[in-house]
Amino acid sequence: MSSFTEEQIRRYSRHIILPEVGGKGQRKILETKVLIIGAGGLGSPIGLYLAAAGIGRIGIIDGDVVDLSNLQRQVFHHTSDLSRPKVESAKAKMLAINPDIEVATYNERLSSKNVMSIFSEYDIIVDGTDNFPTKFLINDAAIFANKPLVHGGILRFDGQVMTIIPNQSTCYRCIFHNPPPTGLVPSCQEAGVLGVLAGVIGTIQATEVLKLAVGKGRLLSNRLLTYNALRSKFREVKLHRNPKCAVCGEKPTIKELIDYEQPVCAI
Amino acid sequence: MQVKINGKQEDVNVKNILELLKARNVEPEMVSVELNSQILDRKDYAATSIKEGDTIEFLYFMGGGVAKEAV
Ligand SMILES: [Zn+2]
Repeated sequence: MSSFTEEQIRRYSRHIILPEVGGKGQRKILETKVLIIGAGGLGSPIGLYLAAAGIGRIGIIDGDVVDLSNLQRQVFHHTSDLSRPKVESAKAKMLAINPDIEVATYNERLSSKNVMSIFSEYDIIVDGTDNFPTKFLINDAAIFANKPLVHGGILRFDGQVMTIIPNQSTCYRCIFHNPPPTGLVPSCQEAGVLGVLAGVIGTIQATEVLKLAVGKGRLLSNRLLTYNALRSKFREVKLHRNPKCAVCGEKPTIKELIDYEQPVCAI
Repeated sequence: MQVKINGKQEDVNVKNILELLKARNVEPEMVSVELNSQILDRKDYAATSIKEGDTIEFLYFMGGGVAKEAV
């Protein structure tokens, strides 16, 4: 406890008094480096809560600027942030909550070229993207870099969360094999999503990050948690690693990162 | 025939996974199917028959909260 400042002890007191966290756990949180991919619907609650929790270094990558249609769910961004790079808006909000942390911004798109060097600077990766080419890229890069990955997805009234421990638990590719054909992707065809769903799913992703950081609790690995907002129902689907998985199976065929074609859609 | 689909007991009248997806209006390319705790290859949907008492999970592709293709 001696290494905390007076202010830190007060700021994190509600964590420190939890026996499962304590001073030791809060110290671990402060020493953890987390990369959030996407400063959108999922990235917003993930970033705001992890900043508040005192994750010592948060990296955020997104190449977009804030659009009026984002504000229905992307709570990082305020009306006054329109047209501003999302990563700048996100950084300002995280530091406003907690100046005790460091935030690194990457105002660019993730690709096979930059992913490994960016991942190398972090302990935990969080997926807050909506496009499948990037979700597969993140999964494969996390397996190659051997970094835990917290997956999240939302669509209409449904959401899903899963934590991937490379080569120990089911990965995204174990389940989904390959990105769906671009013409069928609902994020293009029918991009509607109930805004609050991003908060529900993103907050569960942030919880997984804190469990990983502190080393307590039972992760959402080998189980996919799904949530339906209309029926107010959570379900858990038990999963097993797929021996035929192209990236983490018995005979992996993917040895290099793949930049799948990005769907072109006008939303 | 009685099977369990996404946790619900249902009566279905189809022979294989592909027929089941079609009967329920699910696009086969937009879902992964777990049959009795094993993830199926998409190309095996037509060849995988369904039996009484099977447990089937549809796992859907879901995106995230970022508009367009920013990352
Ligand atoms: Zn795998």
